[in-house]
Amino acid sequence: MINIELEHITKIEGDASISITVEDGKATKVQFKTEEYKRFFTEALKGKSILAVPSHLSRICGTCSNAHVLAAIEACEMALDIQPTKQTEMLRSLTMHGLTIRDHALHLYLFCMPDLYGKDAFLDFDENDPHQDQLLHDAFAIKSAGNFLATIIAGRSIHAMYPAIGGFIHFPEQAQVDEAILKLEGVREAAVRLVAEFEKCTFSFDRHTDYMALLPLEGYGYINGKIQTSKGEVYDEKLYRELVEHVVLPYSQASAYQYKGDSYMVGALARMNIARDKLHPKTIASCQSALALFPSTNIFHNNLAQAIEVVHSVDESIDLLRNNPIIKEDVIKKPYREATGIGVIEAPRGALYHKIHVGEDGKIMDGEVIVPTGQNQINIEEDCGRLVEELVGKGVTDEAAITFELEKLIRAYDPCMSCAAHFLKVDLTIK
Amino acid sequence: MNENFEKIKIGWFVFSCSEDNTILFTELLNEHWQEWKKIFDFRHVKVLKKNNIYDEFDIAFIEGAIASPEHEEKLKDIRSRSKKVVAVGACAVTGVPASQRNTFTPEQKEAIQFLVDRFGALPEVKKVADVVTVDASVPGCPMNADMFLKAVNGLVAELRPELATTNK
Repeated sequence: MINIELEHITKIEGDASISITVEDGKATKVQFKTEEYKRFFTEALKGKSILAVPSHLSRICGTCSNAHVLAAIEACEMALDIQPTKQTEMLRSLTMHGLTIRDHALHLYLFCMPDLYGKDAFLDFDENDPHQDQLLHDAFAIKSAGNFLATIIAGRSIHAMYPAIGGFIHFPEQAQVDEAILKLEGVREAAVRLVAEFEKCTFSFDRHTDYMALLPLEGYGYINGKIQTSKGEVYDEKLYRELVEHVVLPYSQASAYQYKGDSYMVGALARMNIARDKLHPKTIASCQSALALFPSTNIFHNNLAQAIEVVHSVDESIDLLRNNPIIKEDVIKKPYREATGIGVIEAPRGALYHKIHVGEDGKIMDGEVIVPTGQNQINIEEDCGRLVEELVGKGVTDEAAITFELEKLIRAYDPCMSCAAHFLKVDLTIK
Repeated sequence: MNENFEKIKIGWFVFSCSEDNTILFTELLNEHWQEWKKIFDFRHVKVLKKNNIYDEFDIAFIEGAIASPEHEEKLKDIRSRSKKVVAVGACAVTGVPASQRNTFTPEQKEAIQFLVDRFGALPEVKKVADVVTVDASVPGCPMNADMFLKAVNGLVAELRPELATTNK
């Protein structure tokens, strides 16, 4: 019997651990769990004004915060029967592109790339090696460009202040837009180099699973569309609760989910598998050989998909900023009413669901949040179990070697444990 | 600059929070990574590296509120190993929003109590200064970046005056 206890996994968002027992070559226990304490955001929603919901739910997670802001706004607008303007939708798309560029770049360079180069940390890369020095400068330039885009459009790249229920409360000056275009154009080649780095990565782990993402029927975006699966199913986002089935994990402070009784995956790999032909034409032209690797069931291609999405978000943002002069618009307001609203956003790590029930006094009566990492939880456990079985089957018993492979695999999913930990679930379905 | 000086040993520790300050720290690296790499030994910063060393720190940055007895013990231990402790972000400085359950109604507290009990959380979530002495605080959600840089520069000047001019 082999017991592996990997605590406080590094270079991921938040604090997680995994515990695996292998008996007679079979993984008999696999528990991937957050080490973070619940902060009860959905319980704390009750009684709050609907106007406070976006900034409140933003505090669930730092790195995903702007996705939470937009999912909450969408849910509130549905409840209040507000239809945002086309400019508002465009500014929200830009907010998500800024987040995607910054967040994927952080994950790919600082968390994953050290594994590719046999380094402990990205800052250990050698500035005297021209290639590694290039990567160092690329990383911080791309992150900075995404950060700048999010800042001029949404006010901040973390806990955005400008997006509001019914519109935006602040608009960028043309000089800021011009500067953002220059910055994005300036990092495009670096983003294409990032794709090449992960295209040549030889890490591989294949296991069939299903994929799910919210995607536009036209184009490749993160805001609107239908929930689509790798089986070709298409659902209205209002039906999400019929798709994701809650599973209790008594050993973890997080919740897990299944689809039709099976595990599934959300995130960049899901999006790329389902809709890669709808990427920006310039992205498709620049990433042809990488795109030829999809559809893929190799979880490490999630990182390649993220790198391609960085290029896509750069290309889309440049087009949106160039072709849509931004004018000042008033925020749309509607009277309160009792209603339920649902907001779905493709966060960098996958589909993010917010639901609120508001009373006619504008106070929240109930709410629910389902995060991407919760949806990937069971998939992560199943992959980790299979990985360890395969390693043990090949005669690998060195714990350090096994834990290194486990960490690589978990990092490939880009889990966010800050998001995963902080909900109270009382409508439990135990499978 | 003399490259043989002893770098300032940095620890970055996260308790109950959204990690927005950790993310902001990684964004500040966009502009400061070259200078910080020269003067800081990122000794225990889980978001940056795997092989973290937990021995002693010149500056320990603490993000997040204290939610469990294990958190309390860990924080006290970090304090005992650190010359300076800096609380960063709202949860560390004020407790909120991680401590929002402290002000729940009796009905809300009853609804969550089974989870508080299951995972052995503290009856009430605490801010960092409730548990240890804090040398500096950087408030904000996320922390104010300018205040953070001012605090860092001030501590560099105090701990290693010879390095202070490089960290402007």
